[in-house]
Amino acid sequence: MKGRWNGIVAAVLAVGLLAGCGNGGSTTTTGASSGGSSGSAGGKVIKIATQSPLSGGSSIQGEAIRLGAQMSMEDHKEDFSKLGYSLELVPYDDQGDPKKGVANAEQIGADQAVLGVIGHLNSGVSIPSSVVYEKYNIPMISPASTATEFTDRKLKVANRVVARDDFQGPAAAEYAVKTVGAKKIFVIQDKTAYGQGLAEAFRDKAQELGATIAGYEGITVGEKDFNGVLNIAATQNPDFIFFGGLYAEGGLIIKQARDKGITAPIMGGDALDSSGLVEIAGADVKGSLYSSVAGEIAKMEGGTDWAARYQKEFSKVPEGYSAYAYDSMTIMLDAIKKTLDSSGGEMPSRETVRDAVRATKDFKGIATEVSFDDKGDNSFAKVYIYEFAGDTYPGKLVSEVSQ
Amino acid sequence: MSKLDNMRITLRENKLAQIVLLVLFTLVTAAAVYLMERSVTAFLLLLASLLLLYYTSFTNGIKWIIALVLLLVVIPFASSGGTSYDSYMEVATQCGIYVAMALGLNIVVGFAGLLDMGFVAFFAVGAYTYGIFATDQANNFISGDLFPLSGGTFWIFILIGGFMAGIFGILLGLPVLRVKGDYLAIVTLGFGEIIRIIFNNLEKPVNITNGAMGLSSIQPPDLFGFDFTFPHQYYFIVIAILLVVIFAVRRLEHSRLGRSWKAVRENEIAAQSMGIPLIRTKLIAFAIGASFSGMMGVVFAAKQTFIDPTSFTLIESTTILVMVVLGGMGSVPGVILGASLVTILNLQVLTELTNWLNQLSMQGIIEVPNALSPSKMQRFIFGMILILVAIFRPNGLIAAKNRKIPKEVVTGGPHQHHKVPATPISAKANPE
Amino acid sequence: MFASILQTLPQVLIDGLALGAIYAVVALGYTMVYGILELINFAHGEIFMTGAFAGTSVLLLFQSMGWLGSLPAWFSYVLIIFIAMMVTGALGVGIERVAYRPLRKAPKLISLISAFGVSFVLQDLVRFIAELKTGNYIISVPQLFDGRFTLGFSSMTAMFGNATVKTNTIFIFIVAIVLMIGLDIFVNRTKWGGAMRAVAQDRETASLMSINVNKVILLTFFIGSALGGSTGVLFAQQYGTIDPYIGFILGLKAFTAAVLGGIGNIRGAMFGGVVIGVLEMFASANLGIMTGGNFGAEYKDVFAFAILIVVLIFKPEGLFGRAVKEKV
Repeated sequence: MKGRWNGIVAAVLAVGLLAGCGNGGSTTTTGASSGGSSGSAGGKVIKIATQSPLSGGSSIQGEAIRLGAQMSMEDHKEDFSKLGYSLELVPYDDQGDPKKGVANAEQIGADQAVLGVIGHLNSGVSIPSSVVYEKYNIPMISPASTATEFTDRKLKVANRVVARDDFQGPAAAEYAVKTVGAKKIFVIQDKTAYGQGLAEAFRDKAQELGATIAGYEGITVGEKDFNGVLNIAATQNPDFIFFGGLYAEGGLIIKQARDKGITAPIMGGDALDSSGLVEIAGADVKGSLYSSVAGEIAKMEGGTDWAARYQKEFSKVPEGYSAYAYDSMTIMLDAIKKTLDSSGGEMPSRETVRDAVRATKDFKGIATEVSFDDKGDNSFAKVYIYEFAGDTYPGKLVSEVSQ
Repeated sequence: MSKLDNMRITLRENKLAQIVLLVLFTLVTAAAVYLMERSVTAFLLLLASLLLLYYTSFTNGIKWIIALVLLLVVIPFASSGGTSYDSYMEVATQCGIYVAMALGLNIVVGFAGLLDMGFVAFFAVGAYTYGIFATDQANNFISGDLFPLSGGTFWIFILIGGFMAGIFGILLGLPVLRVKGDYLAIVTLGFGEIIRIIFNNLEKPVNITNGAMGLSSIQPPDLFGFDFTFPHQYYFIVIAILLVVIFAVRRLEHSRLGRSWKAVRENEIAAQSMGIPLIRTKLIAFAIGASFSGMMGVVFAAKQTFIDPTSFTLIESTTILVMVVLGGMGSVPGVILGASLVTILNLQVLTELTNWLNQLSMQGIIEVPNALSPSKMQRFIFGMILILVAIFRPNGLIAAKNRKIPKEVVTGGPHQHHKVPATPISAKANPE
Repeated sequence: MFASILQTLPQVLIDGLALGAIYAVVALGYTMVYGILELINFAHGEIFMTGAFAGTSVLLLFQSMGWLGSLPAWFSYVLIIFIAMMVTGALGVGIERVAYRPLRKAPKLISLISAFGVSFVLQDLVRFIAELKTGNYIISVPQLFDGRFTLGFSSMTAMFGNATVKTNTIFIFIVAIVLMIGLDIFVNRTKWGGAMRAVAQDRETASLMSINVNKVILLTFFIGSALGGSTGVLFAQQYGTIDPYIGFILGLKAFTAAVLGGIGNIRGAMFGGVVIGVLEMFASANLGIMTGGNFGAEYKDVFAFAILIVVLIFKPEGLFGRAVKEKV
C-alpha cells in the first residue's frame, strides 16, 4: 500500500523524461528499424528481411539461411550504393513457430523500407506468414519450404527456389526403385509437415512404380531412441529405407540401424543435406543417400570460390540452404534493381518488386537455376541425388532428375 | 525526500491531481505513438496508462469507462498514425488473446488451487473446432460437400469453441479429480501432451485434423459481407471477448461459486465438510477456465488462417502459467498485467533487442555471441521469473485481495472485536 | 500377427531393458527426494541432462588432449561417470539450497513452480554453453564401446529372431545394477541411510533424535542427483547424440516409473523403470501391427502418459507403495 504512490511518482518522472526525449525529435526506438535516421551512408535505405529459426531444433539450417542471404547482400552493396541506396539486412528469428513468424511478419509489413523477405525454413511457418506478406505485397522467396500447399494457394508474393514435395519425393522414389532396384521399402517419417509431405509423396510414387511398402511409421522430433521403429524395420527385412525428416533424427536413425545390423541403404530428402548428418552418424553414414535441389556447388560456375569465400567469412562449411538463400537474395536484389532501373532511381513500390520477382526467368545462381512459374514454383528445379562415399559432407552426386 | 512524500500524499488524496496526471500521461504517450514513425517504447508507455488507471482512486464504474475509452478509442487511434499500425495492433491482439487464456488458467490455478500444466490443450481444441469446419477438412468425415463453412459462422463458433473446450475441460477434470497436488500437475501435463500428439496423428484412420500438415486457408470472419483480415480488425473482436471474460471473472470471483473455489483451495476437507460439493466445484472451474481458452482458440485460428500442432506445445502451457504466477495467482488485475508483460516481452522486447544487438554486431560495434541472443533466452527468462517470484514474491506483482465486507454485513459476529481495517486485508493468496 | 511379435520379442526385450535401466536409475532420484520432502523435483530430468553434457564434455576434452587412446576404454568410462556424478551431485545440492530450501514451509504449489523454473533455467544454461563452445547445441558423442554382437535366439527356437546387442548395453546393465545395489545397501544398512529413512518417516521426530535434517536432505539431493547424472552419461553413450531438451520428457517417464513402483519406495522405482522401458519399447515396435497400421509408433508417448494417468487414478500408491490416509 505504502509503496504504491512511491512507485507511481517514480514511474511518472521516468516517463516524463522518456516521452520528453521522444517528442524532442530524437528516436527512442529500441529497435534497429528507426526509419531514415539509420542511413548513415547517406541516401535511401532498402531493407530485406530474413526469417528463419535462429534458435531451436533447426537452427543450423536457419542460421545458414541468414548467412547465405547476408553474403549475397554484401556482394551487392556496392552496386546499390552507386544507385544511391544503402542495403540493410534485418534478420528475424521465427523460432520455427507459426505464431512468432506471423507476428514478425506484421512487424516487417509495418516497416516501409523492407521490400522483400528471404525465408522461411519450415513450411508450417511459411504458409501462415505468406498470408500476411500478401496483405502488404511484400515478395518472399523461400529457400527451403517444400510443402505443396505453400504455392498451391496461388499467392502473388509466395515464391520458392526449391522443388515441391510432390516433385522431390517422386524423384527420390524413381531413383530408389529404378536405379537402386528397391523392391521392399520401409518408410519412416517424423510427423512434421515437411517429413510427412515428403514421405507420402515418396511412398505413393514408389508404390506406383511397383515396389511394396513394408511399413510406414512415425517418430517424434527430438527423440534419441529409435530402436522401436527400427525393430519393426528389422523384422520386415526391407531392401531400402526412406526417411522423411530432419538431419538430427536422420543421423541417429542411420547410426542405430547399423547398430541393429540393418544394412539396407537409407535415403532422405533435402533436410539431410547438412554437415550435421555426417557429424552425428559418423562412419555409418557411408552408403546413405539424399535428394537435394542443389547441384554440386563445385560444378557450378564460381561455386568453389563461393564456398571458399563463405567458409572464410563465417568460418562454417556452407550448408545446402546457404546456397539457396544466397540465390534467393540475389534474385530479390536483381528484381529490385530492375525496378529501380525502370523507375529511374525512384524508390520502387512493393507491388512492382513483387511482380518483378515473379517475372524472374533463367536466373543462374550458385546452387540452382531459377524461373518462377505463375504459382511461384521454380520451373527449373531439378532434383539431384547424392550418395555418401565416406564420412565427408557433401556426398557424391550420383543422379540428376529433371521435372 | 519530503517533497516527494508531499507529492505522494497529495496524489493519494487529490483525485483532481490524479486525473490531470493520467490525462497528461495518456496524451503525451498517445501523441508520441501517433507522431513517431515507430517507437516500441512509446507504445508500451501508452499501454502503461491502463496500469496507471488501475492505481487511481476512482470508483470502479469510472475506471471502467476510462478504460473503455482508452482501449477502444485512444489506443487504436494513436497507433493508426504511423505505418506501424498493424504491428502495434498485432501485439495488442496477441496480448488480449493471452490475457483471456491467463484469466482462464487463473480460475483453475489461482481460484481453485488446481495446478494445470496442460492448459494449452483447450486453446488447441477451440482452434481446431473452428479450423476443421472453416476449411474443407470436415468433408473428409462428414458426407455432402458442405464445407468450408462461411466466415459468417465465426461468431457462432466463438461460442461453440468455448463450449467444446469446456467439455474437454470436464473430460480432463473427471479422472483427474482423484489426483491431488503435484500429481495433478503431472497428470494435466501428460493430458496436454496426449492431446497434442493425438492432434498431430489424427489423419488416420479417419482424417480429422490433417495431422502434422495442419489446416490452412481457414476462412476469415465475415460480418455482413465485411471480411476481417488485418490485426486492427481482430483487435476489436478480441477486446469484445476479453471484456465479456473479465466481466464474467469479476462476477464469478465474488459469487458463491468463487468463494467455494477459494475454500477448496485453502482446505479441501474443511470445504467439503462445510457442504461444498467438491467434484462439481472443481469440474466447473476446469470447464469455465477451459472455455475462455477455447474462445480465444477460435479467434486465433481465424487470425492465423493456419494452425498445426506445433502451436500448442508444452512451452505454451508454461508461458501461460508464467503469466499467472508473475501477475499473482488469484488476482484478476495481476493476471492481466502478468499476461500483458510476458506477451510484450516475448513479441516485442526480445525481438527488438535481438535486432538491435544484431545491428550493432553487424556494424562491428560490439561482438555478441549468437548463442546469447535475447530471443533465444526465452526459457532462461521464464525460468528465472518462476524461481524469483516463487521465492521473493509468491503473491505476484499485484497480490490478490479479498473483498472487504462492512462490519454490519457480517452477521452473528459478536466475537469480532477489532474494527474492520480501512484498507483491504491482503489475504493469504497462496493456494492450498 | 503373433508370429511377428514373437519374432521381434528378444530384440524388443534387450532394447527395452536398456531403456528401462536408464529410467530406473533416474526414477531413484525422484523417489528419494519425494520420500524425504514430498516434493516432485521437476528439475531432476534436467540434472540427468546436465550429467550427459558434463560427461561428454570431459570425454571431448580427453579426446582433444589425445588421452583417449592411451587410457583403457573402461577406465575412461568409469572416470567420466564419476566426474558427471560429482558435478550433478553438487548441482543438485546447489538447487536444493537456492530454489527449494527457502520454500520448505511454503505451499506445495509454490515449490513446484520453483522446480519448473529451475528446469527451464538449466535447459537454457546448458544450451548456451554448448552453443558457445561448438556452435550447435546438438552434440554428437564419441563412443567408447563401439562393438556389437548377436545373440542367437533363433537357434533355440525358430519362433524368435536374433537380437543384436551393443557392448554399451551390457555396460548399462552393469552400472545400473551396481548403482542400485549400492544404494539399497546404503539406505538399509548404514547409519546415514538410517537417518534418511528416519527423516522420510517424520522430519520433526528425527530432528528431536539429534539427526541433522538439513544435512540429510542435502545428502539425499546429492545422491539422487549423482545417480541421475551418471545415467546421463550412459544415455549419451548408448544413443550417440544429446541436446539440452532430452531431460524433460525422459524425466516425466522416469517419474511415471517412480509412481508405478510406489513413490518413495526405492525397490519399487527400479521395478517401475524396467516395466516402463519394456512396455514403451514393446508399444513402439508393435502398436502398428496390433492395430492394423491405424495407430503406429508415433503413439508411444501417449502410451507412457496413459500408464501414468491410469496408475495415479486407480492405484495412486503404486504397485509397492502404502496407501496414505489423508489427515485434516
